[in-house]
Amino acid sequence: MQIIQPHYHAIARTAQDYERMAMSGVVAVAEPAFWAGFDRLYPETFIDYFRQISEFEPTRAAQYGIRHFSWVAVNPKEAENTSLTREVLKHFPEFFAKPTVLGVGETGLHKSTKNECDSLEAHVDIAMKHGQLVLIHTPHLADKAHGTKRVLEVLAGMNVDRERIWIDHVEEQTIRPCLDAGYWVGFTLYPITKCSPKRAVDMLEKYGTDRILVNSSADWGPSDPFTLQECVLEYRRRGHSLQEAIEVFHNNPCRFLGQNPKFDIQPIRVETLAREPIPA
Amino acid sequence: MTGSPRGDPVIHVLQQPVPNMLSAAQIAENYFLESRHMLLEIAAHFDRYDAAANRESGGIANGRAAAGQGGTGSMGRLREAVAILAAPHADRERTVALLELFAKD
Repeated sequence: MQIIQPHYHAIARTAQDYERMAMSGVVAVAEPAFWAGFDRLYPETFIDYFRQISEFEPTRAAQYGIRHFSWVAVNPKEAENTSLTREVLKHFPEFFAKPTVLGVGETGLHKSTKNECDSLEAHVDIAMKHGQLVLIHTPHLADKAHGTKRVLEVLAGMNVDRERIWIDHVEEQTIRPCLDAGYWVGFTLYPITKCSPKRAVDMLEKYGTDRILVNSSADWGPSDPFTLQECVLEYRRRGHSLQEAIEVFHNNPCRFLGQNPKFDIQPIRVETLAREPIPA
Repeated sequence: MTGSPRGDPVIHVLQQPVPNMLSAAQIAENYFLESRHMLLEIAAHFDRYDAAANRESGGIANGRAAAGQGGTGSMGRLREAVAILAAPHADRERTVALLELFAKD
């Protein structure tokens, strides 16, 4: 089965992960800009990082037949450095021109401070002005519900195209308001700290499959890119058809990411051919 | 290592420094996320069961209420297990209590 991994931090992973993903059906990954594990100090550090994910990483993925796309952002954890954020944002348009950059992400909130909210608003604003897609990170664990509510409040005060915004890392307590407001949502599968494959399938069964993306994130922390395949297996084990699985794990990423014409992978449909006559 | 009365080498294991064990606070902190994850999986299992029970009853019965009454079979056994875990004090190891519970006919 063909799978698209819409949120994947490739630079934190080995080539062996690419190889195994290719062997298990992954045809494309999209890499949002991420936190480096420490707060970066210089705009140039971000620019080189954006070059890495928009210029070099596609070549690494291509060796395994995987298409690689990316996003640019200052991570919410670094939003307290307001001058750094402003300086990095000035460079976004040159990356929007790159052939595999899909938009702005992952922006969003971590502790939901005023500076974080201002940074989120600035990120969404520049994305909308340049016709880009947006990927929004919502906080983890205890901060999840409050942070998601604040994300929705910030967006509600802006003139945005909701169908071009993906609010990621939703869970059972945050999915409904995001879908009801007209945004795309993402389930991020982590071994321990976020959603699990079984819970993701529960939510697919409860809320349907429209405007829902499933991803593994897979960064430098405890994470596993193959939780996505685990989720595909759980979905199929519960009796959902191959085409239904393709809709969730391949076609939905095509529908959201394909709003940027640079993402040119098309939705697919399984066709069963009529039995061919046996030669006499 | 020293010699025994017969001259054989003896390793004085008990004289080795005893490694520090985790404190109660460290145990609470170190295993919190893992236990949180497992509890959420159990909660999802119960919700999944209730949703299916509701579907099967045509939405007439309240699956959550029906399943919440202890129930029978494997779901009932899980609810008993959760009740054992929720008790503030245990007169024996909880793992032993659960293994005995799950071993019942």
